[in-house]
Amino acid sequence: MGQFLKRKNENKKIIVKIILTVIMTAGAILFITPLLWMVSASLKKAGEVFIYPIKWIPDELMFSNYKFVWLNEYYPFYIAYYNSIKVAFLTIIGALFVCTTAAYAFTMIEFKGRNAIFMMFLATIMIPSQVTLIPRFALFYKYNLYNNHLALILPGSFFVLGIFLLRQFYLSIPMELPESAKIDGASHFVILTRIIVPVTKPAMISIVILVFITMWNEYLNPLIFITKKQLYTIPLGLQALLDDETRFYNYIMAAASSAIVTVIIVFLSMQKYFIQGITRTGIKG
Amino acid sequence: MNRKKETLYGYLFLLPSLAGFTIFLLIPILFSVYLAFTDWDVISGFNNINFIGLENFTRMIGDEWFNASIKNNFVYTLVVVPVTLILSLLIAIILNNMVYMKNVLRLAYFIPYVSNTVAVSVLWMAMFDPSQGPVNQLLMALGVQSPPKWLVSPDWAMVTIILMSVWTRIGYCLIIYLAALQNLPQELYEAANIDGANWYRKLKSITIPLLTPTTFFLVITQTISTFQVFAPVNLLTRGGPGTSTTVLVYQLYREAFRFYHMGYASAIAMVLFAIIFAVTLVQWRYQDKWVNF
Repeated sequence: MGQFLKRKNENKKIIVKIILTVIMTAGAILFITPLLWMVSASLKKAGEVFIYPIKWIPDELMFSNYKFVWLNEYYPFYIAYYNSIKVAFLTIIGALFVCTTAAYAFTMIEFKGRNAIFMMFLATIMIPSQVTLIPRFALFYKYNLYNNHLALILPGSFFVLGIFLLRQFYLSIPMELPESAKIDGASHFVILTRIIVPVTKPAMISIVILVFITMWNEYLNPLIFITKKQLYTIPLGLQALLDDETRFYNYIMAAASSAIVTVIIVFLSMQKYFIQGITRTGIKG
Repeated sequence: MNRKKETLYGYLFLLPSLAGFTIFLLIPILFSVYLAFTDWDVISGFNNINFIGLENFTRMIGDEWFNASIKNNFVYTLVVVPVTLILSLLIAIILNNMVYMKNVLRLAYFIPYVSNTVAVSVLWMAMFDPSQGPVNQLLMALGVQSPPKWLVSPDWAMVTIILMSVWTRIGYCLIIYLAALQNLPQELYEAANIDGANWYRKLKSITIPLLTPTTFFLVITQTISTFQVFAPVNLLTRGGPGTSTTVLVYQLYREAFRFYHMGYASAIAMVLFAIIFAVTLVQWRYQDKWVNF
């Protein structure tokens, strides 16, 4: 009898689970419908974009829209794409350098003023970046960093949350490793690159992804610091398409799809590290 | 001797981050505070910065655009944060252990969050186009006589922006909630099962109370980031129609980079900072008290 009740209960559980899966799948499809519409519109002829009822798969798939957006002679989107990749890549290199050195100093070297500096870093984390926007603009303008990708790369490299994230990881490393290396006469530089970095790769990958997505999606800073079309990053390139009088939405959607697909690929391939990154730092939002 | 050397190495390793801190944070912050009390217009150069006391702050009181931006920003935050949190909590609880294909579903709900804000804004512009956009076409097909004019209507523009923000923010809150749910102590649920508690009772008496620290964390971070909203406003409405969607950061941007009122814009930055500082203080003060189970 008890056995029977238990089995009945299990069956009920499975049915509930199936029903909830169906409901949540419907919700998920509804949730990504705007993105599906975007991709669908990007493959339509200009006149077909807004035809109702919506034809999700157009009769003729206009892959040529992508070719036009990427390679047209007025403003080819590949320039913005190249700029975004360049800025993201260099900022990642910079951030890894800044974060590893700082985290190392905060955990493996004992010196006067260390904790005071750390507290100072910690205290400034709540200052919104918009507060420093005008002075940074004035500063960059004066020192010729205006209309220069360095205006995005250098401040982006100073990634305070990355320093905190790495510091947490370094604190969890058993101290015997660096200590014994030190006794053997290894310098701090050797300890960092040969011992610490190899065992904290997951944390560094988290930083790579967080910086990549931040820089890829960054809008306000490029808007202020970059005004030359040749230097536009993807968000500015998209905005330029939208500001254009003609507004061919099929082309705009092709560009938007191109912008989003990269982040989705990066996210899919490194999901684990990305989620680790945002749950540990509570970044952005 | 050795200690001196260690200190030297310490500062050598901190050099990159300290340089970044000083140049991109410390100096700009101090300069920004100073500018808030001046009438600087950037064009006349660094030698023409005139101290005008509290004039920028008194000017705010009668500034219609500024007042609207404060009001709109509070409305935006007070709607976006609770709606996002309730929806993401609900989705997280169901996805956690009540469905099959959990990872695939999680991905679908998460994608809008990593999507480029500008790309999403552009998409919203097309979808909510009042005359030909798919949203209104659908509404009309469903029998709605005169559907909202969305982004060009003073009553609906903010709603349209809020919809987009909730849509993109759910993914982030969902991930944080799911991570927290996985770390909840299983013993409590086992004990509840023995007592014969139903799912609603377990949800109300165990899950939600145990999640309060996470909820608190999300309320704080989401409040802070919703006060910094800018991209959708600048791309979709430029604060309009009228002043119906202007927000603090948009106001700062408009004053500084459209009218070159750097002093006044810096004063707005101070207001933004004060609000975020107040929220952070609440976090520090009540961090421990909120954990009630």
